[in-house]
Amino acid sequence: MLTNRAKVVVKKELSWSERIYLPAILQGMLITFSHLFKRTPTIKYPEQKREFSPVYRGQHVLKRDESGAERCTACGLCAVSCPAEAITMDAAERKKGEEHLYREEKYARIYEINMLRCIFCGLCEEACPKEAIFLTDRIVPSSFTRGEEIFGKDKLVEPVDAPIDVSARQTNDVLEFKKNKKFYHNLTFNDRQIR
Amino acid sequence: MPKVTIDDITIDVPEGTTILQAARMIGGEVVPPAMCYYSKLKTSGGYCRTCIVKVEQGSAKDPRPIPKPVASCRTNVMDGMVVRNITSPEVLEARAGVVEFLLINHPLDCPICDQAGECDLQDLSYGHGDEFSRYEFKRREFEKIDIGSKVQLHMTRCILCYRCVKVADQLTDGRVHGVINRGDVSEISTYIENVIENDFSGNVIDVCPVGALTDKTFRFKSRVWYTKPVDAHRDCKHCCGEVRLWYKGDEVLRVTTRRDQFGEVKDTTTGKPGWICNECRFDKKETKDWIIEGLAHINPHSVISANHYESLKALKATVSRQLKAAPHGTKVTLGNGALDPNNQPGTQK
Repeated sequence: MLTNRAKVVVKKELSWSERIYLPAILQGMLITFSHLFKRTPTIKYPEQKREFSPVYRGQHVLKRDESGAERCTACGLCAVSCPAEAITMDAAERKKGEEHLYREEKYARIYEINMLRCIFCGLCEEACPKEAIFLTDRIVPSSFTRGEEIFGKDKLVEPVDAPIDVSARQTNDVLEFKKNKKFYHNLTFNDRQIR
Repeated sequence: MPKVTIDDITIDVPEGTTILQAARMIGGEVVPPAMCYYSKLKTSGGYCRTCIVKVEQGSAKDPRPIPKPVASCRTNVMDGMVVRNITSPEVLEARAGVVEFLLINHPLDCPICDQAGECDLQDLSYGHGDEFSRYEFKRREFEKIDIGSKVQLHMTRCILCYRCVKVADQLTDGRVHGVINRGDVSEISTYIENVIENDFSGNVIDVCPVGALTDKTFRFKSRVWYTKPVDAHRDCKHCCGEVRLWYKGDEVLRVTTRRDQFGEVKDTTTGKPGWICNECRFDKKETKDWIIEGLAHINPHSVISANHYESLKALKATVSRQLKAAPHGTKVTLGNGALDPNNQPGTQK
């Protein structure tokens, strides 16, 4: 007895009023009825939505750069940092003429996140050296099969015409750093000079 | 035999030993890092300056210090020499400067580079460099150059260590590549896009301390830390045939030489450097071609050792120990008895 709240159960004969159960049922109904007049803790999702924290960690996005090229270069750091081992990828080499599609020489041919395994810890976005993967405030949609929960590039890469704003997830220091073209990291393909 | 003291550790070494070799005989943290020196290649070393050390006392006869840091790979020890490496802040600062210089033109494209995870320059800059570069100008860039079907040259990443040139000179007959031009425009190249095709030319991949020369058959296949290194051998009429296979699943992604603790090619069982031929390296990528010896040992500090549990010890099984102490005296064995408390190292019966 650590808490002194333990109750000793005594198995004794029920009285007549207990045996007809009606008082107990009425008591239960009364509790249920009283809840009609109390404030409900639930909301009517999806018509109503709760306010999200700006750093809420929901469904991932694979970002494109300013010119619309995919930022991910399949370096594998997100996968190695993932504690749930939810990320897999396969790399391919960018061919001549695909520079507008992929930012770097190597890109992710396949990029899959198993949303059933993902614990939304955000270590992948912390590990990413290319600012390619971010967690957003979108809720991962539910599905009827397990296969649908493995998100490929079709669901992860942001559409070219509808970029997803993740600036709330970046600190001012990072945003300031990104403006500085002095650093190679911040150059797009067109900025680079090939000798 | 000359007696030399490196970081307050004294050792007797044979005549003509360099400071770096003496430090390697001591081993551990006093070994200066080396980017261009390769003990298995003659006349290598002296270019990169990462192995610089401070000589506090030239010799027993002439105890004056050497005024400037010296390249330990090219300086022979003298009797009574006193050397400081990691115990000298001056050396560490100078080495951080060397790393900064080495990284001036390096693109830092580690996320793309196949060498990442086993790259000497990565280790060096992580362990000895500064966090930040002060360099503000455009880095030199090259289109990648085609030097044959098996080896990929990324001149942008090269630090001009000359190791591949020495390999071509000392292992193969007829070298077709070298360093052309001078100063900051010098580059490793074959003369007018010549093709490197030679029995032992694949070894340039293994000696390259950075990702300038990489295996084309392994290009972008996998990050090294997702592959499983396994030692294997076969009868080869060209070379020793003792190699390391890098598996992903059941597939051999690449074949390399084995590495020793200093990142150099390991000696074979016969005591010679274990260079391997191109047939073993590029053409034998089936498990049936090889006799498997077992998992390769990887330094636990390396990222490649992630998810390799070679030193894993089973914990003492509390449950079975408790059950054993239970009054009924039920004998409990779990699995093959590996969890039995009596089988644990350090447990007394």
